[in-house]
Amino acid sequence: MQRLRFDPDLCLKCETVDCIMRCQYIHLEQDRAKEEHDRLVRGRMSSILHECVTCYACEEYCPHGNHPFYLIVERQEALSVHPVPVPIEKSQVVMMGPRGKIRPREVQAPVINMCFFGMMKGGIRGRIFEGVSTIGGPDIFCNLMFLHFARNSTIKERLPVMIGNIMKFHLEPSGVHELICYHDECYGTYTSWAPAFGIEVPFKPVHLFDFMLKRMLDLKDEIRPLGFTVAYQRPCSSRLCPETDSLVDDLFALIGVQRPKRRYEYGRALCCAGVIDAAQRFDLAEENRRKNVEDMRAAGAQYAVFNCPFCFWTLAEPVMKAGMVPIMMSDLCLMAFGQ
Amino acid sequence: MDRIKDRLEEIVGKDYVSCSAEERFIYSRDQGVQEPSEPDYVVLPATSEEVREIVLLANEAKVPVVPMGGGLVLSGLTVPLKGGIVLDMKRMNRILEVNENSHYAVVEAGTSQGMLDAYLRKHHPRLKHSLPDAPPVATIAGNIAIHGSGHLSQSEGGFHSEMVTGLEVVLPTGELVKLGSCSTVSAWFSRAPLPDLAGLFLGWNGTTGVITKVGIKLFPRQAHHDVLIFMTEDVDAAPDILFRVIHTGMAEDINYALSPKPDYLSGFQMIVINVTAHREDELALKLRIIRESLRDYFETKEAGFMPMPPNMKAGLLEVPQKALSRFADVRKGGGFEYVGAIMPLEKIPDACRAGMEITERNGITYSLGARIIGRGHSAMFFFAYPFNRADKDEIRRVRSALEETNEEAIRLGGIPWKAEAAGQKLILGSMEPATYELMKKVRTLLDPNGIMNPGNWEV
Ligand SMILES: Cc1cc2nc3c(=O)[nH]c(=O)nc-3n(C[C@H](O)[C@H](O)[C@H](O)COP(=O)(O)OP(=O)(O)OC[C@H]3O[C@@H](n4cnc5c(N)ncnc54)[C@H](O)[C@@H]3O)c2cc1C
Ligand code: SF4
Ligand code: SF4
Repeated sequence: MQRLRFDPDLCLKCETVDCIMRCQYIHLEQDRAKEEHDRLVRGRMSSILHECVTCYACEEYCPHGNHPFYLIVERQEALSVHPVPVPIEKSQVVMMGPRGKIRPREVQAPVINMCFFGMMKGGIRGRIFEGVSTIGGPDIFCNLMFLHFARNSTIKERLPVMIGNIMKFHLEPSGVHELICYHDECYGTYTSWAPAFGIEVPFKPVHLFDFMLKRMLDLKDEIRPLGFTVAYQRPCSSRLCPETDSLVDDLFALIGVQRPKRRYEYGRALCCAGVIDAAQRFDLAEENRRKNVEDMRAAGAQYAVFNCPFCFWTLAEPVMKAGMVPIMMSDLCLMAFGQ
Repeated sequence: MDRIKDRLEEIVGKDYVSCSAEERFIYSRDQGVQEPSEPDYVVLPATSEEVREIVLLANEAKVPVVPMGGGLVLSGLTVPLKGGIVLDMKRMNRILEVNENSHYAVVEAGTSQGMLDAYLRKHHPRLKHSLPDAPPVATIAGNIAIHGSGHLSQSEGGFHSEMVTGLEVVLPTGELVKLGSCSTVSAWFSRAPLPDLAGLFLGWNGTTGVITKVGIKLFPRQAHHDVLIFMTEDVDAAPDILFRVIHTGMAEDINYALSPKPDYLSGFQMIVINVTAHREDELALKLRIIRESLRDYFETKEAGFMPMPPNMKAGLLEVPQKALSRFADVRKGGGFEYVGAIMPLEKIPDACRAGMEITERNGITYSLGARIIGRGHSAMFFFAYPFNRADKDEIRRVRSALEETNEEAIRLGGIPWKAEAAGQKLILGSMEPATYELMKKVRTLLDPNGIMNPGNWEV
């Protein structure tokens, strides 16, 4: 079984405990944070395991890359702390499981992996996505969502199979070596989680925004600046690949939209609260959504743009009620091409 | 020359009488497992007077009359077991009156659920009626004639037969009678304070007369909707969970479901809670109160509210619910047996276990569930068994499951709902002799020639 590459000594010697001190959902004094985190590192029960809303952010907060969130998930699973009620967890394991129905299909580079979100394929169209092949579905699904369910074991079991399927049924026969990840959960899986657990990724993962940016730079002359003010909803998995957050700024600059200064942005971005609902912490989820949407509006946003469909589903309604337009990044960028 | 056919044509017009083989074939069966039986005549009356003349003719000729609405009851209750006339009521589909202030509508018996709903949405958007989850062609009268239930049965007063404010009925001997306030004054507002005679026609499966008009209660239509699903693996927890949600007084419709399909829901008890409100903050408060009522369940993480993607939520917010109609065709081949039993809430876990054992023993698939009636006074527990009509063996197995289910429902302390003729015999066999005798007296009195839907409620 794959083991987490994590250095306990680094944590035990860590004075700042940034992972917990910067957490927006666990509020502990420095000493207590250290104490609770040490317990966690030593494999003992810790309040952190119960209080964590699985927002992934501490993966970004640890200055040493010591995978605090992956460790939390390991410990939750080992100590049977279920962030989400057990029936929901079990049902999701079946719902998102592989079907064994994948068939060989030749693809042509560039290839976008739609993850589980085949229903969003309609967004892959127009100038930016011309000539793109898409793949997706339960047999190539990264399964990283099980981080929210204290189930690293499910990811460990399924991910190698999924990577094998991607190679065997799509990339290898087509001679393709790069895979563009529609959802940055997949990108985070291949660039962060897989290396952290020693799983080899035989293709080059490319972030969707990276691909879009390159394409759009080639088509720069066709872009008509939009002139909107747009708030960006950073998804939890972007904490696994924080370097990609600056791609949002690059895309915005290219299509002539402004990313307003917000209180909850970049490192302080708030979770969409879908998983907080799943954890049955409804008041916290509601409060989180309210703060997030009010912040977008106060910053003068006209649009709220999303990378993650799940964030979109969770926030679209409150965003609309607050008088803004929810939109996926691909659609926003296509607007700059008049599409 | 067929004298009866001629007379029927004189009454309703040539276009609305048929003895053709095709028509008789179609009207000889429904989607369930009951054996077909052909009518001699299919007739579509347009007015109460035409119904009256048909019934008088049937009395004279001693020919059975079987009233039929949408024909969706699925237990053979509109199959003419002893031949005769099938009286298809669909032409009598006018909406005669809507009284906004007193919250009722008066409709002709063949008015479909879908028509009344569409009419209210268009002309009286502040009002709605309680819709069963049956396909929308099901009729208002057909549904109350079997004590149907729907999406307001939980919160607004029980079975649809309890929402009836008045009836117009053609008796088996041809008299046209009005029941309820409309018998004494012009408005159809209530069955009280008069002696309640409407019960002589509600739940009688069309064996005591032909309903020609119905006064039915309307309720406020709220602008805001939401739905919650509470999930548990513990079948025995269901009554307590239901009790708590009912007691909040915040839920419009409460349904319980257990189904092996889709596979990710197999083995889980799902309590689907629909909530409506006039205002957004009211909706939020209601949802919060319902969630709070189950806090000690979800805090242990043994059970909890399921997060739903928007498409799933949108499906569950639809009224009527289409899930059961879709499930009805899961085996393909158009067969669907939908057995229900009205029972006390605490019997739900046992009914579930029984349903699963019966279906496993008979090698068939199932969907089990219950709709809460009248704030928990009872539940309509359904055992839905889809099958392929082309598969004789599957039909045999579903029939056997149906018989076992009826027996089990009674053993558990429930009563089979809209039972087929054999199921009705089972019920009558368990009935107090004095009640049975009273039913017999009523039938003999109302229908001396035994022409109304014979073979059903045979006493
Ligand atoms: C997918 C599915 C879901 C369903 N869900 C529900 C549900 O949620 N709630 C529910 O209650 N039912 C449900 N049903 C069962 C049934 O379809 C409904 O109860 C329906 O309303 C019956 O109405 P109908 O017009 O089809 O009646 P029919 O089948 O035509 O008749 C039913 C009975 O009433 C008698 N009858 C009909 N019209 C008259 C009349 N004018 N005068 C006297 N007697 C009359 C008939 O002789 C027969 O005995 C469902 C069925 C299906 C297929
Ligand atoms: S995970 Fe990082 S920040 Fe947290 S205690 Fe360990 S080293 Fe320090
Ligand atoms: S995942 Fe989020 S909530 Fe959990 S400890 Fe890390 S930062 Fe805090």
